[in-house]
Amino acid sequence: MSRSLPDHILEVRDLKKYFPIKAGVMKKTTGHVKAVDDISFFLRAGETLGLVGESGCGKSTVGRCLMKLYDITGGSILFRGRDITAFNRRELIDFRKKIQMIFQDPYASLNPRMRIRNIIGEAIRVHGLAERGEWQDRVAALLHDVGLRTSHMARYPHEFSGGQRQRIGIARALAMNPTLIVADEPVSALDVSIQAQIINLLDRLKEKFDLSYLVIAHDLAVVEHISDRVVVMYLGHIMETATDRDLYTRPAHPYTRALLSAIPGTGKKNRQNRRIILKGDVPSPINPPSGCVFHTRCPDMFPACRQEKPPMVKISENHWVSCLKYTG
Amino acid sequence: MNPMISDTMPMQPAEQHGRPSTLFRICRKMWHLKMGVMGGIILAVMLVFAVAAPLIAPHDPYEQNIIQRLLPPSFMENGSDRHLLGTDGVGRDTLSRIIYGTRVSLIVGLSAVCIQVGIGVILGLMAGYFGGRTDSVISFMVNVMMGFPFILFAISLVAVIGPSLQNIIFALGVTGWPVFTRVTRVETIKLKESEFVLCAITLAFSTKRILLVHILPNLLPAILVLGTVEVARAIIRESLLSFLGLGIQPPTPSWGMMLAEGRDYMLGEWWLAAFPGFAIFLSALGINLLGDALRDLVDPHMRKD
Repeated sequence: MSRSLPDHILEVRDLKKYFPIKAGVMKKTTGHVKAVDDISFFLRAGETLGLVGESGCGKSTVGRCLMKLYDITGGSILFRGRDITAFNRRELIDFRKKIQMIFQDPYASLNPRMRIRNIIGEAIRVHGLAERGEWQDRVAALLHDVGLRTSHMARYPHEFSGGQRQRIGIARALAMNPTLIVADEPVSALDVSIQAQIINLLDRLKEKFDLSYLVIAHDLAVVEHISDRVVVMYLGHIMETATDRDLYTRPAHPYTRALLSAIPGTGKKNRQNRRIILKGDVPSPINPPSGCVFHTRCPDMFPACRQEKPPMVKISENHWVSCLKYTG
Repeated sequence: MNPMISDTMPMQPAEQHGRPSTLFRICRKMWHLKMGVMGGIILAVMLVFAVAAPLIAPHDPYEQNIIQRLLPPSFMENGSDRHLLGTDGVGRDTLSRIIYGTRVSLIVGLSAVCIQVGIGVILGLMAGYFGGRTDSVISFMVNVMMGFPFILFAISLVAVIGPSLQNIIFALGVTGWPVFTRVTRVETIKLKESEFVLCAITLAFSTKRILLVHILPNLLPAILVLGTVEVARAIIRESLLSFLGLGIQPPTPSWGMMLAEGRDYMLGEWWLAAFPGFAIFLSALGINLLGDALRDLVDPHMRKD
């Protein structure tokens, strides 16, 4: 799975991110929150990859590691074949122009004391992304692209609705001319009616600007619409990776099946009708279960799951699963 | 007793006393507003006094008149209509000296706070944003400064560099900044984790730009509120230093120094100390009231009701 192919815009190998837990006066590290533990995946140019999982499974941490907002604990992240952890200042700036993020909370992600013109245009001016004196035209064009009006430029964020704010956030990311956009729960803070609009907007912009997306979400229904492939995470590990169609019609991992069964009935034919209710809560990532991390809640658990860490197994083209049911 | 009744009984008082009534909150709000306006008026009057002292003061504050020394205020027996608040030991008009004294108080108060804000905000931004060792060192400095008695520090400083207007401002400026560092540091730590600051990082902005363009403007309301209160404190401290003879040097009129001069006549001519004392009290009160009202306006929790 981790062969480096030329069309892989992003490749994550054995990524680990542990947050130290400090206690006492001396700030001694007493343990680690294993937010992301040994995950590997890749993203092809022009592809949309969905990253799903319950809250607390480490999916947002993955996104922030990719953006270099966190220093990673182990593994490597390759962007166009180059390790992003080894970048110097200059390279880091160039890297950041190419990979942009859309944030979850449209209320917290816009500086309340800046006008829309500056929120979107600041990067253009600072990095010289438009001819001198033409940056406002560029902002106007971006506003148009995300479905807002030029007259909105002089306003402040608090004058906009959640959906409009998210559009502003998207325009701000596009201002850098990125090739990859990491969208961290781009619609989870919005009303359902607005969610579809934003998802469709992202779809349209992908065509227009030749983008690749990594869409992080806790909601399989959101990811289903937009993704080409989906990665399912649980407790810092990847459970299953599959194409959109495979995952929704032939889910292999018991966890994926449970997640899918939780989507309220949309009448999809191949979807199981029986709802799988997982028992218990997600275990603590400080002390993850031995063997397969999902065994404590797995409906299909058998004794070997307690000891043995399941490897990633290829069950068909582009379909990988980490479950002992499929080994040997 | 019926178990159902015993269950519901304790609920009733809780409901009644749950929140202050709307009427109470409106009254409180009006009261705060009124006090704030009063504080603003006091500060405005001080500003007018300071700027237009020669036009307002009835006499030259330096003009001595031994024959008319120690006159009581005009509302008292033997008081002169020419000297509304009486005269001091060398016959200078108290009212005129108080009006001129506003200049010293305001200049010292505002300038000292400017220095405090300058030092305090820069250090607070650095401590909050960089964290780690930078934060430890700056926080340690803040704690040392706050633990050290101000007056001892200021006295030794002025004793070394000599008493003058500039040196007083300097002494107050370099001793008063820790409060600003504390407030700025905490607010910066909060903002550092906010999504719009993370976003500024992903947009590859420089640290300087993130601190000055993205974080600092969001701190200004808090700094403004604290700054107002600190002006009042600096005015009081200037009076204290002048009272001890380490501040403004005679004959320049300063409220603190007038207080010190009046001390010699405390038993007979009480007004010599009382009026400058009242001026200090009133100005500090007014500025504090204004600061309180500003806090209410800025604080979103207060703004909601």
